[in-house]
Amino acid sequence: MYQLLKQIVKTGIVTEPSPRADESLRQIEQRLGEVILTHFGRALAIRHVDAGSCNGCELEIHAMNGPHYNLERLGIKFVASPRHADLLLVTGPVSRHMESALLRTWEATPDPKLVVAIGDCGCTGGIFGENYASCGRVSNVIPVDVAVPGCPPTPTAIMQGILTAIATGKGK
Amino acid sequence: MRHAELAIEVQPLPGAMPAFRASIQAGELRALCEQARSQKARLAALWGSDETVRGGGYALHLALAFRSGLLWLTAPLSREDPRYPGIADIYANANRMQRAAFDLVGIQAQDSPDSRKWLRHGAWPQDAFPLRKDFDIATRFPQGEDRYPFVKVEGEGVHEIPVGPVHAGTIEPGHFRFSIVGEKILRLEERLGYKHKGIEKRFETMTLEEGAKLAGRVSGDSTVAYAWAYAMAVEGATGTEPPLRSLALRGILLELERIANHLGDLGYLGNDVALSFGFFQFWRLKEILLRLNAQLFGHRYLMDVIVPGGVSRDLSRRETELLLDRLESIQGEAATLKAIYDEHAGTQDRFIMTGQVLPELAEKLGLTGLAGRASGIRHDLRVDYPIPPYQQVEPRMAEHTRGDVAARVSVRFEELFESVRLVQALATRLAPGEFRVPVADCRDGSCGLGWVEGWRGDVLIALDAAGANRIHRLHPHDPSWQNWPLLEHAVMGNIVPDFPLINKSFNLSYSGQDL
Repeated sequence: MYQLLKQIVKTGIVTEPSPRADESLRQIEQRLGEVILTHFGRALAIRHVDAGSCNGCELEIHAMNGPHYNLERLGIKFVASPRHADLLLVTGPVSRHMESALLRTWEATPDPKLVVAIGDCGCTGGIFGENYASCGRVSNVIPVDVAVPGCPPTPTAIMQGILTAIATGKGK
Repeated sequence: MRHAELAIEVQPLPGAMPAFRASIQAGELRALCEQARSQKARLAALWGSDETVRGGGYALHLALAFRSGLLWLTAPLSREDPRYPGIADIYANANRMQRAAFDLVGIQAQDSPDSRKWLRHGAWPQDAFPLRKDFDIATRFPQGEDRYPFVKVEGEGVHEIPVGPVHAGTIEPGHFRFSIVGEKILRLEERLGYKHKGIEKRFETMTLEEGAKLAGRVSGDSTVAYAWAYAMAVEGATGTEPPLRSLALRGILLELERIANHLGDLGYLGNDVALSFGFFQFWRLKEILLRLNAQLFGHRYLMDVIVPGGVSRDLSRRETELLLDRLESIQGEAATLKAIYDEHAGTQDRFIMTGQVLPELAEKLGLTGLAGRASGIRHDLRVDYPIPPYQQVEPRMAEHTRGDVAARVSVRFEELFESVRLVQALATRLAPGEFRVPVADCRDGSCGLGWVEGWRGDVLIALDAAGANRIHRLHPHDPSWQNWPLLEHAVMGNIVPDFPLINKSFNLSYSGQDL
């Protein structure tokens, strides 16, 4: 226990110390907090749906929950059920085998809801495109508010996408 | 030439890895597999192909891992009756691969105890086969009905919990059917294939150059391993010799990928036993490494850095120093965290004896890679076939036999520290010279194999090239194919709340097996 506490004290807070190295990230974080407060009261609940990705985008979603980005302190929380979600974060080209699961997840999400498509595949179908097994971009299956390009997009870009969706989307 | 272990004529395959190829008759298949099994050869992959455009019928392909190297066996099958004697009773892990080969190519294993579909759900009917040459990649069948007969467990108090395809966390989609009594898991049946997005068919629309990018996206968390295996296959098929410097750089990249994934998994394994301290600490270290990757190689996950002919980016002396400096500090911190994990009674209590796969079962069912090394399966391509750059740095294999979550955690820690040592050794031995050469042209029918020990296990790419530097057939094989069935065994008798922990300790790829 001593070692554990020592490590915590030694590490301190790594959540992008002030002055921050990444200026763009700082602005996103501040605005994100304000916008969420305005539109959703206290918190934003996100349900992630992997609709067929290569799992690269998932790595960055995980990273977003790590201490450098620490999404939860902004009141943004990943939830286990779409019924508890305000926003769906969808990755991948939508495989045809995930088409109905994605649609049902979207239908289970209460209105008003937002959808952010993540990654080149979510935006355009990416390198997989459309074929016998792939529906391509997310908006081919459900309405999308914001699409964040990148292969995979950085955690900062994903946060920017969430902000844009809240600020301009129909959720307000 | 004569094969060292099987008494058959084989052709050596050009390329970096020791590999051989032989054509056999379907009738000989079972006897050869039995012989291979008795010699302790592992089944590395099984797939099918359509050879009708070359005047043949269809073909069944097997990759068997012998001590002497990889043996690629091809059995031609007739156009009218493409069936072959099944081998799932000899190699249990052939079961799902045989079913996938039927779903995609329409070649059928006879006398198979399990002939249910595997990769096919509702996107195409059972009499259409996407990897046949007369199947247009753009064909869109209406979504069909998807019935899948799960095995029913009956008895007093037994009930089912269906989970997925959409899971509760940030996880890839798949379906798990638990049969439980009380809180105890009696049986788990997996159903995968949700992420099938036509990767193999897509390769056939690409040139060898274009394919590199797709190979790096078969399973994003193993992009380096796939890109290297792909490059190795293309270099073998075209007779291209990548420069020595690029090989050392590839070794560095592969070990960086291993370190990043092990850091992430060690964090999540802490998280799954309520030690969120572990999650935040390890993910802090992982983020430091990802940012370093981006700084040195232009991509956080090192995508598209390995290309056929070498690597797309060199490392300067100053960058090498920065890399070694950062790795040393990551290693020091990881050692502190290891001591904390080791001494944390609550954590060890959850890790030890949870999700056990004993060596005997691991051997019988063909467990591979990281999970294999936690269950007494002593295989690691970097050690078994020491080709450059690993030849010079003598990797040490992690070896555990208890086969529980704790053993898979120990393997990760040991490999993490060993990978740091390997990067240091490779970086100090970086040969001067070029880091990329042009790729030669290839002719129709040139074949190449790429086989790389990724962080999860051995990634295989089998390439059969067409004319004009195009792809006739390419099969990417993820070690998850071998290990998914073992997860079903690992959870038996455990409690449902330990499933996420056991699952994470394997951390298998859905995308890599769904293709």
